Amino acid sequence: MQNTASVLDLIGVTKRFVAPGGGSALTAIDRVSMTVRDGEFVAVVGPSGCGKSTILNLVAGLDRPSEGRILLREVPVEGPNPSVGFMLQKDLLLPWRTIVRNVEFGLEARAISRAERRERALRELARCRLSDFAGSYPYQLSGGMRQRAALARTLAIEPAIVLLDEPFTALDAQTKLILQKSFAQTIASSQITTLLITHDLMEAVIMSDRILVMSERPGRIVEEIPVDLPDRDNPLARISAPRAREYVDHLLSSLHLEEKAA
Amino acid sequence: MTSPDISAVNQGRSAFGTERVATLPEPVAPGHEAIGSAGALGSRTSILFASIAFGIVFLLIWQFLPPALGVPSFIIPTVTDLAHEFTRMVARENLLKHILSTVTIATAGFIIGSLLGAALGYVLGMSVLIEKVLSPYLLGLQIAPKVAFAPLFIMWLGYNAWPKLIVTILVVFFPILVNVLQSMKTVDRDLINLARAYSMSRWQIFWKIEVPASMPALMAGLRIGATLAVIGVTVGELVGGNTGLGYLITFGEGQANTAMVFNAIVLLTFVGILLYGAVAMIEARVLHYIPRAVR
Repeated sequence: MQNTASVLDLIGVTKRFVAPGGGSALTAIDRVSMTVRDGEFVAVVGPSGCGKSTILNLVAGLDRPSEGRILLREVPVEGPNPSVGFMLQKDLLLPWRTIVRNVEFGLEARAISRAERRERALRELARCRLSDFAGSYPYQLSGGMRQRAALARTLAIEPAIVLLDEPFTALDAQTKLILQKSFAQTIASSQITTLLITHDLMEAVIMSDRILVMSERPGRIVEEIPVDLPDRDNPLARISAPRAREYVDHLLSSLHLEEKAA
Repeated sequence: MTSPDISAVNQGRSAFGTERVATLPEPVAPGHEAIGSAGALGSRTSILFASIAFGIVFLLIWQFLPPALGVPSFIIPTVTDLAHEFTRMVARENLLKHILSTVTIATAGFIIGSLLGAALGYVLGMSVLIEKVLSPYLLGLQIAPKVAFAPLFIMWLGYNAWPKLIVTILVVFFPILVNVLQSMKTVDRDLINLARAYSMSRWQIFWKIEVPASMPALMAGLRIGATLAVIGVTVGELVGGNTGLGYLITFGEGQANTAMVFNAIVLLTFVGILLYGAVAMIEARVLHYIPRAVR
């Protein structure tokens, strides 16, 4: 993977938020640098409030860094960018639209014909194994299926990189495992470059190629761990591998969680 | 709900065995279930019968109790008195003309007031600046008793349909404005961000997210507006003019014709029910995507 082109580069990115009262600025992330290469699945883990979601907003172009540069395929990010797809814990499906119309949503700002939009949406639904539900409304689907529909919508814009911000957090334990597998299959088969933001250490281990560990606020990257495990397309196989546990233990000590619990 | 949807969900269940389908196409409200299990098969019909029986008993008491207690019919007319008076009103007082006038003005006022209220609500929702500048005045106007303006409008515009229409527009306007504005301010920020990330323009965000997201609040405002429209038109007719059910109330009062007053009130109530029912029907169509148990 080392020699493939980089899709996303963060170079010394700092983000400060000014308190509403005009008080001292809050530093959310501090001099974060990272690279995500083509086809790679990178997970960012860290305690809550470490600025994980700030990274996502910056990469999506919804917010600007205070310092540093963000490059997407070597082009600086200067605003919302059609080649970034992002997904949150909430599925953000529009309840008044059918599933296929929801998948089309991301394409509606583009100059493509209605027929092509529909065709692409149906193709993504097939890829996410939701073809039977194209005409259903979101409330008719389970939480897991809604997240798959959200993934289909994200993939429909053919992004250079997909940002996943804790997309499995709101689901129950079993649905989560099934969905992790479903996402891993879809992502692996399409070789989509992915940045996963999560606080679930096991999730990071079973889904990614590489894990970046962030410190508490102000968020810095304190460790980088390549995950040397087979079966990236099948988290259910990884989860039972003894070495997966070792990675999680390593992450636990890296985040100093045991000391904090004591 | 169309059948393909149902079969699709069922297929999904078997195909993705462990993934639960959270909501079935036609979820049953918990309350309904409880009634169903307690009252067995015919619970819904028996409730309907009980309602009708209550109404009949009420009318019977109204018919026979006041005379039995020696209350004269010019204080409380009996049900049959009202029926007689109703046929007389149709024949002698040109009742249909009055009903038509009230229905027309209530409906026109409701539609115009709703359009204006919703339009201003969306404009204020789009522009924080205008909203901040205007909000104290809007709050003041909202609190002011709009029906009290009726005499003013009559002084300005004369004894015709305009004062009634304007009062109706005014009372309908505010609840709809407030509801739409409130919903515009509470649209999920993440949805807006999603649309921004998809490079949508402000205008696209408005049409594709903010307007549909405001529909439940708009419909709630329309329901309130429908009931207020009848109040508005009634007050307008009470204070001026010589047509409409509100006018018949003052006319009946002048003649000490209690039955006429009662009849006019009953008919005004029906006008309100009609308007409210129409809104409820529109709402059921517009908000079809919200499961019934939640709505």
